[in-house]
Amino acid sequence: MDALRVLPFLGLALWMVPLLWPLGPGPEGLPPGTGADTAPGMTTADALRYIFGVWLLLILSAAVLWRRTGDLPGPGEPVDPAAPAEGGG
Amino acid sequence: MVSLNQLVIVCLTYVAGLFIVAFAAERAALRGHGDWLLRSPLVYTLSLSIYCTAWTFYGAVGYAARSGLEYVTIYLGPSLIMVAWWWLLRRLVRIGRAQRVTSIADLISSRFGKSNLLAIVVTTMAVIGVTPYIALQLQSVTLSLSIFAVSEAPADGAVPDLGSSALWVAVGLALFTVLFGTRNLNVNERHHGVVIAVAVEAVVKLVALLAVGIFVVWGLAGGIENTLARIDASDIGQWRVDGSRWAALTILAAAAFVCLPRMFQVMVVENDDERHLQIASWAFPLYLMLMSLFVVPIAVTGLDLLPPGSNPDLFVLSLPLSEGQNGLAMLSFLGGFSSATSMVIVATLALSTMVSNHIVMPIFLAVRQGGASQSGDVRNVVILARRLSILLIIGLGYSYYRASGGSGALAAIGLISFGGVAQFLPALLGGIFWRGATRAGALSGLATGFALWMFTMLLPSFGEGVALSAGIFAEGVLGLGWLRPQALFGIEGLDPTVHAVVWSLSLNALVFGLVSIFTFPDPVERLQGAQFVNVLDHSRPTRSWTASVAGSEELMIMAQRILGAREAQVFFRHWAQRQGGAGTLPEPTPDFVQALERELAGAVGAATAHAMVAQIVGGASVSVQDLLAVADESAQMLEYSSQLEAKSRELVETAAQLRAANEKLTQLSLQKDNFLSQISHELRTPMTSIRSFSEILRDTDRLSAEDKTRYASIIHTEALRLTRLLDDLLDLSVLENGQVTLNLARCTLGDVLDHAVTTAQTGATRPLTIERDPAEENLGFLTDPDRLAQVFINLVTNAQKYCVSAAPRLRISTARHDGWIDVIFLDNGAGIAPQDRALVFEKFTRLMRTGDAGDGAGLGLSICREIMTRLGGHIDLVEGGDGTAFRVRLPAGQAEAPKARVGDMQRVG
Repeated sequence: MDALRVLPFLGLALWMVPLLWPLGPGPEGLPPGTGADTAPGMTTADALRYIFGVWLLLILSAAVLWRRTGDLPGPGEPVDPAAPAEGGG
Repeated sequence: MVSLNQLVIVCLTYVAGLFIVAFAAERAALRGHGDWLLRSPLVYTLSLSIYCTAWTFYGAVGYAARSGLEYVTIYLGPSLIMVAWWWLLRRLVRIGRAQRVTSIADLISSRFGKSNLLAIVVTTMAVIGVTPYIALQLQSVTLSLSIFAVSEAPADGAVPDLGSSALWVAVGLALFTVLFGTRNLNVNERHHGVVIAVAVEAVVKLVALLAVGIFVVWGLAGGIENTLARIDASDIGQWRVDGSRWAALTILAAAAFVCLPRMFQVMVVENDDERHLQIASWAFPLYLMLMSLFVVPIAVTGLDLLPPGSNPDLFVLSLPLSEGQNGLAMLSFLGGFSSATSMVIVATLALSTMVSNHIVMPIFLAVRQGGASQSGDVRNVVILARRLSILLIIGLGYSYYRASGGSGALAAIGLISFGGVAQFLPALLGGIFWRGATRAGALSGLATGFALWMFTMLLPSFGEGVALSAGIFAEGVLGLGWLRPQALFGIEGLDPTVHAVVWSLSLNALVFGLVSIFTFPDPVERLQGAQFVNVLDHSRPTRSWTASVAGSEELMIMAQRILGAREAQVFFRHWAQRQGGAGTLPEPTPDFVQALERELAGAVGAATAHAMVAQIVGGASVSVQDLLAVADESAQMLEYSSQLEAKSRELVETAAQLRAANEKLTQLSLQKDNFLSQISHELRTPMTSIRSFSEILRDTDRLSAEDKTRYASIIHTEALRLTRLLDDLLDLSVLENGQVTLNLARCTLGDVLDHAVTTAQTGATRPLTIERDPAEENLGFLTDPDRLAQVFINLVTNAQKYCVSAAPRLRISTARHDGWIDVIFLDNGAGIAPQDRALVFEKFTRLMRTGDAGDGAGLGLSICREIMTRLGGHIDLVEGGDGTAFRVRLPAGQAEAPKARVGDMQRVG
């Protein structure tokens, strides 16, 4: 349950990491194909890997938590008194 | 090559297919089939995908081609929100369910005391905020059509007019939505048809985008590694995302994800089961991730392969087209078309619900006097209102599209829309987490944020010189430098989007908080605030119709007008059967009325339905009046229960009195029996002796004169005794009937006592010592001296007769207090047993005594009591002391100052 609560904050923190990355130089003045070799910045491919990696991690964790916690939100779940009538609407 | 006509045919076929799917879904839902699919978490997750509009489909690639990875922020925010479902969405869904919320405007107005003003403000803001978004869809469909048109056009470049095609798309979408969105009236119940159609469209757009992505990565770029290498080699190969934009856009997207009316519709209103949220918490981020997975490769490949100057927003279409993949291009077009149509359908649906429920219906009901009791079918009005709202909203979108020139990048337009709806966030979050939030705070916060958004985002988006002059951009409003739309308060150099988001949201929240702190919520706000903030603690809907006074007929009449005659009858019959009744009208139980209100809420909105039902039922527990009614009711109940208590106390007392009376009656009955035998005996004894002696006198001739005299005197004595007895009885009867006449005269107590003592002691056989204090007795007053003397004589005689002491003594003392004169007769006898005390004054009572019992008839004290009552006083038995103490109480009002009379203790032997 605590993991469920903490997970979004973990995701937020991980996704805000790119704020720390150095900005690469602009496209002008850079010969095509040499950017990755000369600039110290992050390449887009690495950034992609990182961001989608975090994404995948979050999805998997959420799925695992869903499996683990099961029907946890059950208690206090409201029972709809008019549920059988809905079909007639 | 795909011709425009082919494209139109494919589109129409696709739309027809959607119609069939939606129709089938509604039929299935109507029959109760297919719940496993209609209410499945899969469909719920897919319906959330209306977040991914044409902006995602086309615009994300364009965004990526222009700004690199920044586009991904638009999907990171919602992913975080979904993962954080435990914190926010769970509450929202619970509230939505408990309060029967139909839209975000409904939620906010409901939280802040069901304020219609607030609902109108939120609705207006939502319409204005979403308008650019609808324009965005028009633009994207138009653009995508233009690609086919260009590729079809002859070399001389006779491109068809794009403006007219946008109009046709707008008209088509409007028609589509009117047909699709107002097919049935019920919003509160789930829109199964729409939801299924949206889910299908979600699959189509995902498949289309994935297909293009796979084609690009494996077909054009030659695998993942090559693609990554190509990415790094491209213009966007470096991480160049501005940190402030990264953070601001993530937050903005997260806010918009919650606040967008269409997202609220599918996420909260259409939610069937809270548990779906948790599944969507990983499934929806997965969907978003898949949607954005191939964006960068497509953008990079497009930049590489397509001629410079191609619109990057259309890479998704133009790449397959340029490679001759017509089928893929068609699929891709359908994907974009799906994204646009599903968004427009749900968005206009949500907005038109808000407009009709919060603006049109209240006005209509206010104009048509009589509220719920008016005649006529309200349904037509609602449907008409909704259709007009749809036309209005799409018309606004088209106008915006024309006004903004259709030139802005898709992403920029989308962000403007996001910025607008994100202004709801402070009020929303404040409303569900902070009980202190007030309506005034929400209104002023919303107004502040919205004004800033208009000034810094919406109006500048039309370009310089359209809505705001170039002068204002450069020098600010009225030449005030700190009022420049893109450099508020003189802070320059910020990205315009970040600038707008930061200022509008932060000032919005600040004003909201400050005003909330300094204003006080009214009772309904407090109640709603508590219910919203504590929704997880008591998740049962707290409102319930308390009264069963509603007439089923009245409810039926109202329901028929709103739901339609047939539907209403079906609904009522269903409930009647459910309650086990034989007729067609169910009992108006709280459950039933609540279900009916839900049903009506779908047609006319929760607030209106509530008001209408309240008119007939007469009060649930949420408005001030209702609260007052509740308070009244409890006060009444309190009063009622105290009345009950008093009554039951009374009853207990009465029962005790009855018991006592019964006891007395039983005793009296016994006494009467005793008396009758006694009186017969009393009468017979003298009668017998009178008869015997008179017979002797008559029949015996030789009687001596002495004997004759003796017998005659015996007869005389007995006759006297009889006379006395009869006199007593007569006297008592006269006294009891109130026929006695009093001979009032002025006398002194001492004289009356003297007379009484003398009379009583005349002829007495036993000696009785009487102690008196003449000084005390020197009281003059007005009374009937003979009657009073009769009482005193009786008391003295009683003492003489019944005092068992060896030396009988009677003390007569007199006291004055509180307006009374008490004369107490205390003897030194054995006293009267407690069980006999209640009876001494009753008629025919003769206490079992030793001594000469049977001498009297037992009427003396009864006569005394009657006399005293006539004289305005009373006589009673005083407790305590050794002997018997009778107290004769006389009213002292008639007493006079004592005369000068000297004397000391007088002993009468």
